[in-house]
Amino acid sequence: MVVWDPFRELERLRQEMDRIFEGVLPSRGWALEFMPGVSARRYPRVNVAEQNDQFIVEALAPGVDPETLDVTVKDNLVTLSGEKKAPGGVKPEAFHRNERAAGRFVRTVELPADVDAGNVKAVYSDGILQVVLPKAEEAKPRKISIEVG
Amino acid sequence: MSAVEKTVPETAPTKATTEEVTRQAERYAVPLVDIYEEEDKLVVLADLPGVKKDGLSIQVEQGILTLDGRVQRDTPGRVLVREFTLTPFFRQFRITEAIDADKIRASLKNGVLRLELPKAEEAKPRKIPVET
Repeated sequence: MVVWDPFRELERLRQEMDRIFEGVLPSRGWALEFMPGVSARRYPRVNVAEQNDQFIVEALAPGVDPETLDVTVKDNLVTLSGEKKAPGGVKPEAFHRNERAAGRFVRTVELPADVDAGNVKAVYSDGILQVVLPKAEEAKPRKISIEVG
Repeated sequence: MSAVEKTVPETAPTKATTEEVTRQAERYAVPLVDIYEEEDKLVVLADLPGVKKDGLSIQVEQGILTLDGRVQRDTPGRVLVREFTLTPFFRQFRITEAIDADKIRASLKNGVLRLELPKAEEAKPRKIPVET
């Protein structure tokens, strides 16, 4: 039996919207800021790069308590999680500005190939989390020598 | 009235219109901030990811606080997905509260700047005993 769930319907609709806009936006990083539906669920923002036999994932996450940072890897999925704490003990009326978002985040990034989960390195510096993930053996390009017959 | 107000160029500093567009290499990002008041000071927290100590300049002049951060890094390798580009940060605030400029303290940790601006003596709340 299928129970109609309005929240699921909304989520489905939003995913649909994201999908539509994703193709339209000229340069994603920039335009995302103006699309609350898209940007709100994508925290932290990430860059994914490929260098030699490894992938590099960088996440923009200033002010995260390093103790709470967690990186988990499975096959070609890397999941980043952590918590950005709000300034403690400040009464709401004492704020002149309160723009920095706070809270827990989890984000999973899909890589183009499997990685060697045992040799992943993560460094958090200056508010940027950098994860270096060597490609799995079977995902590395292989040079095949051709015999001339 | 709020002690911290927007000054006019809160985004990018205006550039001469004659400047060549192609030369306009720099784009500025506005760092997000929290500003709150404690009894004897104002605290400013600003998100400045990628900024190191030597790339950051903080100025308080004639009641205007200027934050200017330079970023020296970018994601290495061939970028497959790009959701952010690190640009220099720039933002100004007008501070109407009297600040003891000599005692301002700044620290940078995990990409967040914490500025403590102690209130000048005359701006501190004073308890006035009521005589009966």
